[in-house]
Amino acid sequence: MNKQEQPGTSRRQFLLSTTAVILLATAGKAGAVIIKGAAPWAPFDYSPPQTLEPGGWYFFTPQEAAAVEAIVERLIPADELSVSGKDAGCAEFIDRQLAGSFGTFERLYMQGPFQAGAPEQGDQSSLVPQQRYRVGLAGLESYCQDTFKQSFASLSADQRDKVLTGLQNGDIALKSIDAKLFFTTILTNTMEGFFADPIYGGNKDMVSWKMLGFPGARYDYRDYVEMHNQKIDLPPLSIAGRPEWKAKG
Amino acid sequence: MATKLPATDVVVIGLGWAGSIIANELTDEGLDVVALERGPWRDTAADFNLASAPDELRYVQRQELMLRTAQNTITARNNPSQTALPMRSWGSFHPGNGTGGAGNHWAGITFRFQPSEFRLRSHLTERYGAAAIPQELVLQDWGTDWTEMEPFYDAFDKITGLSGKAGNLKGEIQQGGNPFEGPRSNEYPTRPLRQPYGPTLFAETARNMGYKPFPVPSALVSEPYTNSLGVTMGPCTFCGFCTNYGCANYSKASAITTILPVLVRKSNFTARTNSEVLRITRDASGKRATGVVFVDTSGQEWEQPAELVVVTAFTFENVRLMLLSGIGTPYDPRTNTGTTGRNYAYQTANGVQLFFDDKNFNPFIGGGAVGMGIDEFNNDNFDHSGLGFFGGGSIRVTPIGAAPINNRPVPPGTPSWGSEWKRQTVKNYLSNMSIGCEASSYTTRNNYLSLDPTYNDHLGRPLLRLTFDFPENDLKMAQYCTDKVGEIAKAMGPRQIVKSPSKGHWNTVPYQSSHVVGGFVMGADPKTSSVNKYLQSWDVPNVFVVGASAFPQNPGYNPTGTVGALSFKAANAIRTLYLKSPGALVQA
Repeated sequence: MNKQEQPGTSRRQFLLSTTAVILLATAGKAGAVIIKGAAPWAPFDYSPPQTLEPGGWYFFTPQEAAAVEAIVERLIPADELSVSGKDAGCAEFIDRQLAGSFGTFERLYMQGPFQAGAPEQGDQSSLVPQQRYRVGLAGLESYCQDTFKQSFASLSADQRDKVLTGLQNGDIALKSIDAKLFFTTILTNTMEGFFADPIYGGNKDMVSWKMLGFPGARYDYRDYVEMHNQKIDLPPLSIAGRPEWKAKG
Repeated sequence: MATKLPATDVVVIGLGWAGSIIANELTDEGLDVVALERGPWRDTAADFNLASAPDELRYVQRQELMLRTAQNTITARNNPSQTALPMRSWGSFHPGNGTGGAGNHWAGITFRFQPSEFRLRSHLTERYGAAAIPQELVLQDWGTDWTEMEPFYDAFDKITGLSGKAGNLKGEIQQGGNPFEGPRSNEYPTRPLRQPYGPTLFAETARNMGYKPFPVPSALVSEPYTNSLGVTMGPCTFCGFCTNYGCANYSKASAITTILPVLVRKSNFTARTNSEVLRITRDASGKRATGVVFVDTSGQEWEQPAELVVVTAFTFENVRLMLLSGIGTPYDPRTNTGTTGRNYAYQTANGVQLFFDDKNFNPFIGGGAVGMGIDEFNNDNFDHSGLGFFGGGSIRVTPIGAAPINNRPVPPGTPSWGSEWKRQTVKNYLSNMSIGCEASSYTTRNNYLSLDPTYNDHLGRPLLRLTFDFPENDLKMAQYCTDKVGEIAKAMGPRQIVKSPSKGHWNTVPYQSSHVVGGFVMGADPKTSSVNKYLQSWDVPNVFVVGASAFPQNPGYNPTGTVGALSFKAANAIRTLYLKSPGALVQA
């Protein structure tokens, strides 16, 4: 559990064992913490990332998952440079993001009134990401059934590209959601999944980092900073290490 | 009903740079200080652990260290005729949250403002005549000067261990430093950082063109450093997980790496985290603050009586708290009266992208404040006669680290997905670089802060409403300075350059800088300022309001060095003047 979600929880046991730090009010929700005499510290009380176990879908229905896989496979197609967005795990990434705090925008200001503003005023949609996907994918399915008598996932690569371009340009209208908003959301999340640390379910085997020459979660380039205009062949590293480190046999 | 706590000498609101500096100085004076922090306690070992720190998704995309807009946000509009709407996620700027504040996820670029900036209207009038100042601009002097500021810049250098090279040491211009600096009393505490390829190539070209490149003054220490409080920092490792991230190496100076480790151990200091101040309370006369009321995250309200209230939150919250507490008179742009919310300013963010075929910049190597810059086109360092604008920008190459969710530029016209997108992304990732130009922003009558009439925070209090657009002056300046950057870029011989001056309306969506200033400004005249040169409220003398909210306009430099200096300045005034004779330190 990320301590940001429940401030103070991970430290509560420690807090009770010392007089340096006193918790004012508890009862489920942490209240103010008084810090006096020493910084609050407990062994191994660091703040880990929120991740979900691999395998299965946490948010998507199987039909939604098939559509998302068919989308990310076209946004990031397989070629000589890399595997596809689907094989890189972008759909799993999006599924897990939607199942987490991002899915409900729980950290964002979502009070009304909701009104469309100038483009400079940014995203003013009342739909949170879970709704954007649920409503958007249903709209896409209905558009494809009306137009092609098939699901999006059954369309040819060319047909899928045409539909995606239509969504991106706003040439295709979807029921209940702005097509451009739906497209931008998926494109943004797909790129996040492709380029983020693999701990979140995408970028399998650090495929995008290898493709770019990005060494990943390394933390010290003192030996390399003055190697100007030279290729530095450091294999990438994830927060979780490297697959090659697995002991064989 | 708020539960009353035992009285204290001083209550400090916000434990970022300003609050930590002032709390530390005043506890040294023997005062009992209670500091209230809205966010959580943050600590390098726990929060910025090496095992979790290099995570672009979490810290850049999901903004882990920033204030959550669900806690508090602002509403924004370009002009008074529009309806302001909430910023539902941070874009243009990034307010911080928790101890250390925005100073945890900052880049670390730490300039001093130049001597002429503290008397900008006087300076421009003397050099060009009053008639030359564009009508739309509301420029004013700070009510202080270089001689008063320099010792406090020096104190901030010694807390942070700034790395860099002096350009002007006691009036003598130094080779390799920034010749446009005001005279410094001391060299930078640590030597300049070593430079990656991009900044080196830029500096060589600029030098050949007759400019004077210098290492960007940086709060990333270049060597092991023990600061003026005895806290030890380690050298920057150029990891590139810096801007938007906390530093796991104790290399990037912040309140949590340089001050709080000492401050928290003092017996006359208490911090209360997860505690949000609702308002400053005053006695029946209205001229004296009696303390603050705050609420913790369980919803419990507390009253903290204090002799002295020091407000040290982010610019926006400083101004909002004054509006919510009724301290000062709200600014009204129609009548041009009142000062709370007046003189809000920002900065223009300009740049040029360079695409090469034959170079490898290893763009993942870097840091928020690793790089080289020139200052020939900043502020009033060049002759503005006949140009039709004032101001300018700091031109520099600072590779912040190219983590690839956000840092993979492609030439304009490239599709945003598909095979061609991927081909261009791979082709350009290692071989592109950029030159930035962070430029001044001058105040106008219609750019201001006020309370929103419609949108409330989760406690039911009005959000702060920001009304802002770039003045014509700033857009002309941005075009001029970006063209100058373009000349240097061209001389570096890339395949393609793409110039991006700030254009059109201010847009809340893309990140530009967190350099939001003004709204509770300092000055010599209470008609046009909210605090005097000691950061003391003109209306309620036992309230000091410290931060970038005090800047009457914004030069082409990052604000944190000056926020640090103003914090030492305010603390010094309290220690040496106010405690001897509590009351107004400057007679209006």
